[in-house]
Amino acid sequence: MAHEPAPSLYAAQEPVFPRKVKGFYRTFKWWIMAVTLGIYYLTPWIRWDRGPNLPDQAVLVDMTNRRFYFFWIEIWSHEFYFVAGLLIMAGLGLFLFTSALGRVWCGYTCPQTVWTDLFILVERWIEGDRNARVRLWNGKWSARKWRLRITKWTVWLVIAMATGGAWVFYFADAPTLFRDIFTLSAHPAAYVTIAILTLTTFVFGGFMREQVCIYMCPWPRIQAAMMDPDTITVAYRDWRGEPRGKKRDASTGDCIDCMACVNVCPMGIDIRDGQQMECITCALCIDACDDVMERIGKPRGLIDYLALSDEEAERAGAQPRPLWQHVLRLRTIIYTAMWAAIGLGLVYALFIRSDIELTVSPVRNPTFVLQSDGSIRNIYVVRLRNKLGDDRQFHLSLTSDDILRIELEGSNRELAIEVPANETILQRVYVTARPQDAAASRNSTPLRLWVEDLDSGDKASWDTIFNGRESQ
Amino acid sequence: MADRKVDEETGVETTGHSWDGIEELNNPLPRWWLWTLYLTIIWGIGYTIAYPAWPMVSGATAGVMGWSTRENVANDIAAHDGQNANLVAALLEADMAALPENADLNRYAVARGGAVFRAQCSQCHGSGAAGAVGYPNLLDDDWLWGGEMEQIVYSVTHGIRNETDPDAHWSQMPAFGDIFTREETTATVEYLVSLASPEFDATLAEEGAVLFLDNCAACHGDAAMGDRAIGAPNLADAIWLYGGDRDTLAYSIENARFGVMPAWGQRLSDEDVRAVSAYVHALGGGE
Repeated sequence: MAHEPAPSLYAAQEPVFPRKVKGFYRTFKWWIMAVTLGIYYLTPWIRWDRGPNLPDQAVLVDMTNRRFYFFWIEIWSHEFYFVAGLLIMAGLGLFLFTSALGRVWCGYTCPQTVWTDLFILVERWIEGDRNARVRLWNGKWSARKWRLRITKWTVWLVIAMATGGAWVFYFADAPTLFRDIFTLSAHPAAYVTIAILTLTTFVFGGFMREQVCIYMCPWPRIQAAMMDPDTITVAYRDWRGEPRGKKRDASTGDCIDCMACVNVCPMGIDIRDGQQMECITCALCIDACDDVMERIGKPRGLIDYLALSDEEAERAGAQPRPLWQHVLRLRTIIYTAMWAAIGLGLVYALFIRSDIELTVSPVRNPTFVLQSDGSIRNIYVVRLRNKLGDDRQFHLSLTSDDILRIELEGSNRELAIEVPANETILQRVYVTARPQDAAASRNSTPLRLWVEDLDSGDKASWDTIFNGRESQ
Repeated sequence: MADRKVDEETGVETTGHSWDGIEELNNPLPRWWLWTLYLTIIWGIGYTIAYPAWPMVSGATAGVMGWSTRENVANDIAAHDGQNANLVAALLEADMAALPENADLNRYAVARGGAVFRAQCSQCHGSGAAGAVGYPNLLDDDWLWGGEMEQIVYSVTHGIRNETDPDAHWSQMPAFGDIFTREETTATVEYLVSLASPEFDATLAEEGAVLFLDNCAACHGDAAMGDRAIGAPNLADAIWLYGGDRDTLAYSIENARFGVMPAWGQRLSDEDVRAVSAYVHALGGGE
């Protein structure tokens, strides 16, 4: 019995050599690259004055003190819901853009796309355009090939190191860390982080490129659920282009099968095969095709941003519906509404945030303490957080419909609590009802604890209850 | 792999798996992916050699790197102790009576003492320090042996009625079951009830007051206010260690109850004794 070979367990990476292209979308992508990379590299260097006791870096994730600084906003670790809210907004934003405009995130702003674009640019400068690169790839390892390759890898590595280097500046004072890195006195975590990010940038941007999108990223597989026939996406007007051919008569469509769209594709696919998982909708094929159409005197837009729901009308010769009709539909409106609601909620939460944070946890073990004179005492642990850069003096008081007395643990008789700058203080507070008072015998009595900053007059309060003898 | 099936539609080989006629195409993995898998296997083998990994009859292979979580923990603890060395030294030298005025040191002592308390004291006094029948509540202002910081340190160090420490607090009430008749006990109980409650038998209580002055006042005082120097409880306040109802009081008088506590000076370091005393002092009753 003849044995056929077992099916292969791997597929080799097909090398892709994207050709240079010019056009509207290419220019737009250069601008996006400049802006996103600019934001990434420069943000840590922006200074923001917060007074003498706080860092002056505009955007800083301070792990040691568990703070996140973003210009005038300061988020403490217990306020992490702001970050969670931003992440939900980012998720909804991605849904919105994908359902309206397809994979614009993938095509324009995904770091994988931006850095790969940059690496391909470097590659083109050093090794030449597509044809030169294909020749170099197929050629022997001559001295020239070595020289070009080593030059290219060196430039890539410098970019990759700068990328990893910029990341760590978000976590420490950038100028100090910059000096420490070069004097070899920075924390090992900084070096390890830079090394890992350098390696991933170098490998993902230089060698794996489209493999990351196709095999590692989950988004291409999720996108199908986000898109519908009204989604604007990069597609080929096959009813106009087919049948392809070089002949310029009625027997062929507009596509002259010049392969321009395939040659510029960074993913190595043919958009004329229809929508496919590999397509990141970078729109470079649109630029390439428009260029060709112009030269052969045909209308642009053989490959274009279009919605599949227009296909039938276009086949019949009608105009596609205007863009806003595709973008403005129930689904995108709902996404926008949810996105905006969370955004407004976060802004609201940001504005009602107080500079004093007061939490009161009643001690419930035991529920109350019987004193020797028969009075009933309840114990509360007051947690006071001073979110300002100066020491503050707080005065504690109590309001209740019943007669209750308040005392603090320690020798302090003035009900004053000193909270140092940027610190949290735990203070035991005793509230007592005399035996003859109603609160002593009743099950529970509501009360409100107040703190007041004596200098600024800022106040905060907390509602809790007082347990009497009946509560046992 | 004798039967290689090819899907007609796509021309791709199938794995032969079929669910309701839907067949799985064999779209193979990229080479780099496969190499990554092999590399992780090699890495895994190296890892089990370098680090503790393989379970043996007792324990596990140690690994050639000599890495040990226990050692790491010991080092971490030593590092923390090193960081706190100044505070510990200050605590050992501190005038305990003035400790609450030194906010930073007191905060350290109370935090450290809380840990000691939960490990060593909570079994009897309760995790919230509210005590139990026979075990004093440490949150209130009623103290048997004194609630000042120095007095708490002494009680914790030497213990209560502890034979192993000659300096331990020691006092013992006689069991009045052998001395009193049942009627005398009842009368004494009625006198004690009269000290706190408006509902009592006046004639019986008067009789009890005389018995109290003759038999009990030597320790508990003429006004039944107790005496901290000898650990005699205050009988005129609202707090009862064993219970204040008539039956419980009669039982206490006839059988004479008392509690014991270990001399923690023998078991804990000086700084822990001081810390746990600071913690107890800061619970609300400290004087």
